[in-house]
Amino acid sequence: MLRIECPHCGARDEAEFSCGGEAHIARPKEPDKLSDAEWADYLYMRTNPKGILAERWCHTFGCRRWFNIERDTVSHEILRVYAMGEPRRESGT
Amino acid sequence: MKRQRNRLDVGARIDRSRRLRFHFNGKPYEGFAGDTLASALLANGVRVVARSFKYHRPRGIYSAGMEEPNALVQLGGGASSEPNLRATQVELFDGLEAASVNCWPSVNFDIWAFNDRVSGLLPAGFYYKTFMWPKSFWHSYEKVIRKGAGLGTAPEMPDHNIYEKRHQHCDVLVVGGGPAGISAALAAGRSGARVILADEQAELGGALLGNGERIEAASGVDWAMGARAELDGMDEVRVLSRTTAFGYYDHNYVLMVERVNDHLGAPPGTLRQRLWKIRARQVVLATGSIERPMVFADNDRPGVMLAGAARTYINRFGVKPGNRAVLYGNNDHIHQVALDLADAGVRVEAVVDVRAKAVGEAVAAVRERGIEVMAGHAVGGALGKKRLRGVEVLALNEKGDGFAGDIRRLRCDLLCLSGGWTPTVHLFSQSGGKLDYSENQACFLPGEARQAVSVAGAANGVFALKGCLGEGAAAGRSAAGKLGFREVGAPEALPVAQGEAGALMPVWRLPPVSKGERRFVDLHGDVTVSDIELAAREGYSANEHLKRYTSTGMGPDQGRTGNMHALGILADIRGESIPAVGTTTFRPPYTPVPYGVMAGRDVGVLADPVRMTAMHGWHERSGAVFDDVGQWKRPWYFPRTGEGMAAAVRRECIAARSGVAILDASTLGKIDIQGPDAAKFLNRVYTNSWNKLAVGRCRYGLMLGEDGMVMDDGVTSRLAENHYFMTTTSGGAARVMAWLEDWLQCEWPELKVYLTSVTEQWATLSISGPNARRLLSELAEGVDLEADAFPHMVVRSGKVAGIEARISRVSFTGELGYEVSVATSYGLALWQAFQRVGENYDLTPIGTEALHVLRAEKGYIAVGHDTDGSVTPGDLGMDWIVSKKKDFIGRRSLARADTMRTDRKHFVGLLPETRVPEGAQIVAEYKRRPPMKMIGHVTSCYDSAALGRPIALALIAGGRERIGETVTIPLTLQGRVVKAEITSPVFYDPKGERLNG
Ligand SMILES: [Zn+2]
Repeated sequence: MLRIECPHCGARDEAEFSCGGEAHIARPKEPDKLSDAEWADYLYMRTNPKGILAERWCHTFGCRRWFNIERDTVSHEILRVYAMGEPRRESGT
Repeated sequence: MKRQRNRLDVGARIDRSRRLRFHFNGKPYEGFAGDTLASALLANGVRVVARSFKYHRPRGIYSAGMEEPNALVQLGGGASSEPNLRATQVELFDGLEAASVNCWPSVNFDIWAFNDRVSGLLPAGFYYKTFMWPKSFWHSYEKVIRKGAGLGTAPEMPDHNIYEKRHQHCDVLVVGGGPAGISAALAAGRSGARVILADEQAELGGALLGNGERIEAASGVDWAMGARAELDGMDEVRVLSRTTAFGYYDHNYVLMVERVNDHLGAPPGTLRQRLWKIRARQVVLATGSIERPMVFADNDRPGVMLAGAARTYINRFGVKPGNRAVLYGNNDHIHQVALDLADAGVRVEAVVDVRAKAVGEAVAAVRERGIEVMAGHAVGGALGKKRLRGVEVLALNEKGDGFAGDIRRLRCDLLCLSGGWTPTVHLFSQSGGKLDYSENQACFLPGEARQAVSVAGAANGVFALKGCLGEGAAAGRSAAGKLGFREVGAPEALPVAQGEAGALMPVWRLPPVSKGERRFVDLHGDVTVSDIELAAREGYSANEHLKRYTSTGMGPDQGRTGNMHALGILADIRGESIPAVGTTTFRPPYTPVPYGVMAGRDVGVLADPVRMTAMHGWHERSGAVFDDVGQWKRPWYFPRTGEGMAAAVRRECIAARSGVAILDASTLGKIDIQGPDAAKFLNRVYTNSWNKLAVGRCRYGLMLGEDGMVMDDGVTSRLAENHYFMTTTSGGAARVMAWLEDWLQCEWPELKVYLTSVTEQWATLSISGPNARRLLSELAEGVDLEADAFPHMVVRSGKVAGIEARISRVSFTGELGYEVSVATSYGLALWQAFQRVGENYDLTPIGTEALHVLRAEKGYIAVGHDTDGSVTPGDLGMDWIVSKKKDFIGRRSLARADTMRTDRKHFVGLLPETRVPEGAQIVAEYKRRPPMKMIGHVTSCYDSAALGRPIALALIAGGRERIGETVTIPLTLQGRVVKAEITSPVFYDPKGERLNG
């Protein structure tokens, strides 16, 4: 079980959180202009890297705030916790 | 009762003044406090304690710990009976009752033992090959096989024992209370760090309890007791005995089970076990090692045991495991054990050492005692059946991989084996650490760690006592040091008597001495060398395939003693190195963990929260039968005396259609939405437009996932300029709330919208029927209820029965209806006021079943009932609610080629001949046998009082174009076939005249 540093409440067990999957997937501004394939890409396709992944988490059984983390999918080490809306790091995937 | 004839008169860690009586397989015996069930059985001369899994061969006690493959017992009876415990781990208590598993009718006469004589018919993969054809017979074979291969009996009654869970943080968690673990805990504890030392056994000491080794002038046991006293004196140190760390998860999260009262038989009313959930900043694993056996013909005879176990029975339990011993192995340990056996009065026939050059302190000491050392020799086979009668010894050839010379027979009733040591790396491996193979020590050792963990002592391949003490202390000091804790005072030097042991010589398999002999690798699973050879010949030569094909290492003991041999033999067959063949993956739990302790106190009424409305007590008193909707208890129907469900529901439906009915609607999800951008937000999350909804009006909305599939629905009211009140389905409330928050926080943070879940703050009742307005008018104050002033889909505030209330004119039944909401604390008062006034109207309380019938008659969907996450608004015939002028979540998906297909499943009505189960498949062309082409399924089906016949709702491919056609619903399992006509889903009052009345 991961131990996650909520930016608002501090470190808590993973059981208090929900994972929202990969972060930084913005909803297309004009969905009508996308092909079916492009829309499917937004809806379903995720990078699923072996290594550093930026993902969204929500402190569901705490403050109910969403935030981003960078997690190493091999070691499960959490390298960074940052606010929703903050950009990903240059070096990140 | 027999005398404990194998008990030594003095010494050991048992209390001879405290006699404990127990029964094994129905016979009475006596042991002493400090015994395990295994040591007490050995003391009483009980040789055969079990039958093996496949061949039902007689088996004796093989080890003195958790690695025991043979002595599995069923403890106790009734609800607290527990199967497959290792007798070597069961602490003896007065009144203990245990029985062997896997034998019938008794250990000494076992019917299934014929398997042993026909064993040529039971090779590896036998079950797969023989019983999988023909496939349809498998269920009849299975019953017989399961009985034959039964491993204990699971209790069938609820477990009355008490368990609990505890969360704990610490700086340093030390797992294992042997010399390395104790040293680590002392070093970390002395620095002031918060330390937990967890150990599986009743008292600290680990191997010291059994091997008789000394530390300086003290016995190892006295040293351990001294250390325990020091640890107990440290405020920040907690020592947990009888505690097994069984799972190592991410971020140093370790689960442990503490057996609090098992050693006393877990008397009723006491805590039996405790689950510890540890979050440690640093972990030191000092988990020790497990001795490996040697493999030869009939190496499973009662009387064959691990050398360390024999030593433990003498030194720790004061039990002579035999009278005449032979020792056989590939390292110095057999020589050390030979000395202990001789000291205890056991006649040692010979020490058989595969090493051609057996030299060193211990070997010399054995020779000095006049005991024969047969260097460069091997045991070819064991003699005897229910007890060991002797061994056959042969000289090895020069290479050490075959025999040279004649068989020599030695008489003995005890054969002690040591094939080296396998470090207990399970937890390290679970933590994500890599394992490296050591050629020198012929075992896997911890390599690169992935978490904040270090390994010390035998678990790290350091087997000699001196090394364990030093490495443990260093690991404890280093773990605490990394966290900023410094040990006070200089670490004390710990010189010990024991020197370094000589090198071992790995021998995984030798050629058979005679044809057809059984050389066991996995004693528990009855897997032999031949089985492994056969599996490899048949192509199952990958380690993971071999394991599953032969079942090696898959028993309750998880192959602790035999896995390395299986691997070594496989590598030998493949002509590759052991690391090339690989090891299997270690997964939690390390040892079996009872479900009871995982559940803890979260059982019975505490298993899951129960949500009740403000009116629940009234429903109960009125005899409601309840329906579980998520965690909510909702009245399902209100039967009158002697009335069955069908009659009650029918009566409730008739009341709603002809008089007036009342329903507790408090469980509807309710979300308060405020802010200047609220309308904009609703436009994005609902398919229809919210721009023109006036204050005081309500609107039905459909919510989609971004994939275009219907997710939830409900009525939302506009209470003020920037204030809306959303209702959701009862089951979807939490999901919808989370969904809306997600979009607001992550995608549209610029919107000024505030959400508050108010499901529990409002109690709601709904009345419907032709008399609803007259009934409400008797209770409402300051609200004009006349149809023109208060039409359908309007919300008003006012007082009802003197209580501040919101009144919405909405309906889920198709009748004139109102929802009245008040603060939850007034919910019951409101309900009771309606009951009082309602007497004049024959007001009928109805439950969810009647509500479903009524809404189905109107063709209203129930999300999650008629929809399943693959249904679009178009599929439901609800295009009228999908705006063409704006974007909303899911809109783009409705324009995909697949969602625009005309042959998608449509929501339609069905008129079946008789009532059919929901989920029943629908076919256009019925055939007597499958396969038939399925064109859809029934989503709802009820007996309709209003129509006087069964009605159903269904999803049918191209259904709207098939209206008027007859389809078939084959109910094969019920042995009937039902015909049905496809209709519009609206069965009742299609023009909606009643609703607007
Ligand atoms: Zn939080």
